[in-house]
Amino acid sequence: MIDYLLIHFPILIVVFPLMMALIVVLISNNFLSWLVCLITTFITFLISIFLFNQLQDVSIISYALGNWLPPIGIEYIIDHVSIIPIIIISGIGFLATIFAYKIMPTEIDSNSISKTYSLWLLAIAGLLGLVTTGDAFNLFVFLEISSLASVTLVAMGAKKDRQALIAAYNYLIIGAVGATFYVIGVGLLYAITGTLNMNDLTERLADIENNRALIAGFGFMILGIMIKAAIFPLHIWLPRAYAYAPSAVSILLAATATKASIYILARILFSIFSTSEELVNYTLTYIILPLSICAMFAGTIMAIYEKDIKRLLAHSSIAQVGYITLAFSVGTKSSIAAGFIHMANHAMIKGGLFMAITSMGYYIQKRITLDTLSGIGKQMPITFFCFIVCSLSLAGLPLTAGFISKLYLIKASISSEGLWLGFLILFSSALSLVYLWKMIEALWLNSKDNNQPKVKESPILYSSLLVITFLNIYFGLDASFIVDSSFNAADMLIGRR
Amino acid sequence: MISIENYILLTILTPLIVSITTPFLAKRTLLRDLLGPTGGLISFWGSIQLAGSVLNGETPSIEIIQVAEGLSIGFKITPLGAIFGLVASCLWIFAAIYSVGYMRGNNEKNQTRFFTFYALAIHAALCIAYAGDLLTLFIFYEILTFSTYPLVTHNQNDQARNAGRLYMGILVGTSLILLLPAIIWVWIITGSLEMSHNGILAGKLDPKYAPYLLLMFAFGIGKAALMPFHKWLPAAMVAPTPVSALLHAVAVVKAGVFTMLVVLTNVFGIDYLTGSGASIWLIAVASFTLLTSSIIAITKDDLKARLAYSTISQLSYIVLGGALATSLAVQGAAMHIIMHAAGKITLFFVAGAIYVGAKLTKISDLDGQGYKMPWMFAAFFIGSLSIIGVPPLGGSWSKFLLMLGAVDSGFIIVIFVLCISTLLNVYYLLEIPARAFFKSSKKEINPRIPILAALPPIFTAVITVLLFFYPHHLKTLTEMMVIQ
Repeated sequence: MIDYLLIHFPILIVVFPLMMALIVVLISNNFLSWLVCLITTFITFLISIFLFNQLQDVSIISYALGNWLPPIGIEYIIDHVSIIPIIIISGIGFLATIFAYKIMPTEIDSNSISKTYSLWLLAIAGLLGLVTTGDAFNLFVFLEISSLASVTLVAMGAKKDRQALIAAYNYLIIGAVGATFYVIGVGLLYAITGTLNMNDLTERLADIENNRALIAGFGFMILGIMIKAAIFPLHIWLPRAYAYAPSAVSILLAATATKASIYILARILFSIFSTSEELVNYTLTYIILPLSICAMFAGTIMAIYEKDIKRLLAHSSIAQVGYITLAFSVGTKSSIAAGFIHMANHAMIKGGLFMAITSMGYYIQKRITLDTLSGIGKQMPITFFCFIVCSLSLAGLPLTAGFISKLYLIKASISSEGLWLGFLILFSSALSLVYLWKMIEALWLNSKDNNQPKVKESPILYSSLLVITFLNIYFGLDASFIVDSSFNAADMLIGRR
Repeated sequence: MISIENYILLTILTPLIVSITTPFLAKRTLLRDLLGPTGGLISFWGSIQLAGSVLNGETPSIEIIQVAEGLSIGFKITPLGAIFGLVASCLWIFAAIYSVGYMRGNNEKNQTRFFTFYALAIHAALCIAYAGDLLTLFIFYEILTFSTYPLVTHNQNDQARNAGRLYMGILVGTSLILLLPAIIWVWIITGSLEMSHNGILAGKLDPKYAPYLLLMFAFGIGKAALMPFHKWLPAAMVAPTPVSALLHAVAVVKAGVFTMLVVLTNVFGIDYLTGSGASIWLIAVASFTLLTSSIIAITKDDLKARLAYSTISQLSYIVLGGALATSLAVQGAAMHIIMHAAGKITLFFVAGAIYVGAKLTKISDLDGQGYKMPWMFAAFFIGSLSIIGVPPLGGSWSKFLLMLGAVDSGFIIVIFVLCISTLLNVYYLLEIPARAFFKSSKKEINPRIPILAALPPIFTAVITVLLFFYPHHLKTLTEMMVIQ
């Protein structure tokens, strides 16, 4: 039995949460639906760990869906590259589910909670499918599954704040444009190659000279994914969606959604189109690189002028996405590895920060802005501590995970592009200290009216917060796990060149 | 028998343990306040053992953790590190006693938090002293900045907030934008972050780029307070005086100049520096800082502000010594770390004691108060003389070596700079005891200095005298620094 299951793990990791989503919607008891959801995400996480272990022996796990061998059938691929987003999504999904137990009932009508959990699982399944599939059209399907699920989840925030509806609508429309662009691109490529399998596409594209259909297809695909990945200036949907979604959803989205899209971007650039080197290099140097630099600064500056903490963090996410795409755009092995390192670390950092902010909001039942932050250190020491550690990690203070990613990022960019790029990265990260400092100052110095009662911190909230904070410190001390996996991933991606 | 590697752990972990246990003793104030001095004694003992083993020609080292391939956090005791470790741990004993006296005498709030971060800052300083490579050095350099922020903004008012912004802005900003890329640059060209006795850049870095790398290092190390990145130091004086005393006369600023000397001697190497002429511009900048801040110090009427500018000036002596890059000048610079620390901490202790006892902060208010607080002003007088460099006080050794080094290097103008600056020192430091003893008093005061705040400056003043008569071991350590 187990052996039989083992072979099917690459598909189970997607199908299991997908199927469970259908079961959860039938459960009317709120607690039970949460429990099923928790167990599902936990098992998904275990599967991803198992797959990771399996990858130590083989470099690639290919799974043919329905036993139709690729390129005829749909192929699922787990390799050193895709395992990174898989672990991020399943891990954060699990932690965020624990977290959701307390938060959900306060923000969502009690009769729609089980539906929410169903959508929740659907979103996770969609994201996981997005990163495991090896088929360009199947990817579009998962893109839509995850987008529609997340749009609905964002709209669930309407009970607390009607703005969530606008946010969800924006997200829906812009996301749909992105997905459509992507599928147009896939269509063009299908027209010239006659295949949808990614590996097959790579091989067949090699024979084709730079013809217009290829360039147009490439352009549409890249643009569609860039919208999904919220790459500046296509990020408009993101701040509102993160800020007005139900808190638990913000955590899930902030830590995972853009990561999956960035992963797809890397796949398109470095593996599907690996043979059209000129085209990819042009895109990297003249489009992605400048946009990433703009994103780094624009996101940071918008964050500096923001008072609402969730929006502030969302703006900061735009800047952080900029760092990751910047690393990809440099295009050397070590810089791509740096991009993956930062992808993993940023998921932990942002997950932790959103969790901390969410629990603060839960305890004091107010929207968290710079003004309401004051005095929280005394009221809720554990949350306060985690928040500080995660913000320092975001700033890249030594001994935190953020420092490791910054170190590798800067090293990679200096050694290939020269000092100027290193300075730009450092300058923007120094700017990011400004908004972090605004938050820390508000926590630290505005405690004049600290006659608020001490709140009782709930273990179910701070346990996952502590786990993620611990990870932030642990991967700052012993980063070899993340660093090695990322270098393996980079090896895999551009080794073929 | 404890192995020498364990002494490293003992020395650096003691302050960390003190810091972690302090919050749990918040209610038992006596026990909590005993922790600091006890920890100081243990650390000092450990650092003596380490210095002893360095004197025997060993290089104790320990690797704590391998962060990733080619990146590790580890400690290695160099002669210079041994010196800085001795200074920081020894003065921690007195500073810990003093801060108990000060904080109690002044009825400060949040004392537990204060002592927690105080010990944490010492931990960071000792880790900097014993850092085995550039990464470790940078990590604890940043931790030192962040752990002192709560101390600088201890009063939590608007003034503290602004000072805190300036403090963090300059220190973190410079280290992030200049120091970190400089370190990564070194990492890229040499392939490692190890430091070596004679520098690691020779043959790896084209001499024509050397001045630019040094520029990034010199201004990146904001803690060395070279102009124009010196403003944080006077701003940080809003902190309670024990913080100013230990952190801004010993731990923080000395960590800055220590890092600078490490970079100059162990990364660049003296021979490489003289060969490439990379540090000539630094001589000019250090001389400028040295003179300008002395002149600014004269204009300050606030006692702590004057001491702050005096510190900036004295730090530039050390940077200057390193930049001259002759064996004697570097020895003088290393020696000055010790001598200035002992002298300046005395002055800060006295300034704080006067504030606790009589609530006086302005120099003009001190007129004629010398007879009310004779011991304090006597200690201040001795400390000032040591900083000026008058025998038989410790400071004379370092000034003497620096002068010799300047002659050696051929930069005769530096000798003039040193002479003029000494004269300025005499003016702005000796004015204070002179006014206290020779002018007639304007204010009637009734000073009540807590005994715990009064004794440490007297002890440190005695130390400055002892340093003149017994510099031998320290001298040997500085010689080992420059030996080929």
